[in-house]
Amino acid sequence: MQYLSSDQITTLEKQANEIRQSIIEMLTEAGSGHTAGPLGMADVFTLLYFALLKHDPKNPDWADRDRLILSNGHICPVLYATMAHAGYFPVEELLTLRKFGSRLQGHPHRESLPGLENSSGPLGSGLSQAVGMAIADRMDNPYTSKFVYCLTGDGELQEGQIWEAAMLAGKEKLHNLIVIVDRNGFQIDGYTQDVMPMEPLAEKWESFGFDVQEVDGHSMRALNDAIGKAQAVYSQPSVIIAHTIGGKGVDVFERDFRWHGNPPGKGPEDRVPKSEQAKVALEKLRTLAGTIDKDNHA
Amino acid sequence: MFTDNISDAVKNGGEVESVATRNGFGDGLLEAGTRDANVVALCCDLTESTKTHLFANEFPERFVQIGVAEQNLASVGSGMAAMGKIPFITSYAMFSPGRNWEQIRTTIAYNNANVKIVGSHAGVSVGPDGATHQAIEDMAIMRAIPNMVVIAPADVHEAHKVTLAAAKYDGPVYFRLGRSGTPVVTTEETPFEIGKAQLMFTRDESLEKSVGIVSTGSLLYNSLMAAHELQTQGIGASVLHMATIKPLDTEALTAFAAEHDVIVTVEEHQINGGLGSAVAEFLSETNPTKMARIGIHDQFGQSGEPEELIAHYGMDVPSIVAAAKKLIQN
Repeated sequence: MQYLSSDQITTLEKQANEIRQSIIEMLTEAGSGHTAGPLGMADVFTLLYFALLKHDPKNPDWADRDRLILSNGHICPVLYATMAHAGYFPVEELLTLRKFGSRLQGHPHRESLPGLENSSGPLGSGLSQAVGMAIADRMDNPYTSKFVYCLTGDGELQEGQIWEAAMLAGKEKLHNLIVIVDRNGFQIDGYTQDVMPMEPLAEKWESFGFDVQEVDGHSMRALNDAIGKAQAVYSQPSVIIAHTIGGKGVDVFERDFRWHGNPPGKGPEDRVPKSEQAKVALEKLRTLAGTIDKDNHA
Repeated sequence: MFTDNISDAVKNGGEVESVATRNGFGDGLLEAGTRDANVVALCCDLTESTKTHLFANEFPERFVQIGVAEQNLASVGSGMAAMGKIPFITSYAMFSPGRNWEQIRTTIAYNNANVKIVGSHAGVSVGPDGATHQAIEDMAIMRAIPNMVVIAPADVHEAHKVTLAAAKYDGPVYFRLGRSGTPVVTTEETPFEIGKAQLMFTRDESLEKSVGIVSTGSLLYNSLMAAHELQTQGIGASVLHMATIKPLDTEALTAFAAEHDVIVTVEEHQINGGLGSAVAEFLSETNPTKMARIGIHDQFGQSGEPEELIAHYGMDVPSIVAAAKKLIQN
């Protein structure tokens, strides 16, 4: 397991904050897109791209890289922002999100942007692709140390295909597969427990043959420890249920499912008027008024 | 007269053997796997029915049993292709590409993943299993997807060649296979190339009127017999076999349409969306030609023996002859 010093964590948190600011800017410029999920997953993406993934932004096709599969494609602003900050393409290009001719399609298109491993948007297919990659890699090398990370939403787990893929991953004992579930508890129509209850979620994964961990999805240290442990599990695939707060970092957006599918400027107005939403969000992030975890450094 | 692409048995009017096209696929996949270690196979609990077991028995380490889960089948195939494998994903056409169309569209075609989708038990000639298992819309739904190649082999020899060609082709390919025996009309030497039509029967040029029959898949034999019968009745007839319906061989089709008074398309599929549509769409834009489309007319199949069903839905030799005569006489 990789040790993260207090200084490293501080640096990662700053990077996550910059990525959150980019998310606000790109969504505001685009005028459409999803806000809550990308802000909620900024810490997970930052840790992966800046500390854990074996990858090379200057050589995105490097054969020995780890694979990161985003299954819930609608949170792609966080993927694009993280990739840009990691050096895959210029940060300025983020402002082309969702515009005609952009490489940053509204939902990811693998053929458009080097570094994307899959196209996604229709929910539930990413895990199957990750399972296919993990099986194929193990065919070539049974002792592979390459990891396939699959990031999914929680509402997405209502898709039957997810469990088809989970069944196969369990059967094949894919030690090289690590699933990270964004458990923010809501989806477009409301709270997951109202739309379609997902609990007991950990038991579901366990019964399909996964090693299961539940962590605070905003704690760099907890996430790093969990991913490190998942890498060490040899006899099963792993899932990390990352408990996140949708809209994390902008307190006036947090925990409100109405921010699932709206960009700043088009969200609910009861806490901030539309015209102020982008400005307020950026101010909150710049001054760290958002409730970013402060217990990481212990 | 029959061209050199046709077997002697058919030319001489002798007994014509019937073999299911899925057998040609099974042998072809084994051969493709022997030639290229990147070829892998995935199947949804239909390993023997699809003849994938020949490959699975020889190369168990390159075979993945997916279980009854066709959506997963498509996307796992996409993931394996992303790692450099050449996956053949196999099931019944009704379930793949029937059930998993969106997974094929997004995770295979939109990714331009090098996956070969093999749909067995296509057409009403599935027989007694009935309409639920008779895929007669598969070519339409695959033809509508960008990047997708769509092929319907005529017989066991062609199915073998299609399998090898698909393994070599870089990109998504769909091809359909039949459950029941299909008359073996071609030979091992008959050429097959993706996107190229083959002339199978040429008209007697001394006859005044002429029908051009364009066939695909399992009904090549009926098309040949219909052409032969039309000529004995004094109407010139040719058969162009369009194994690949996407991309359509527009060059061959243009020349063929120019040489005949009318065109009849023949396919074991809905007349909407398959070969008949593809030919009509192209000719209506370039060389409007009177056409009749032989196939299923916006109906579901049903239980029965293959020959009964082919006759019932108007795809037997007398039906093709009658449709051609009606078209040319009006």
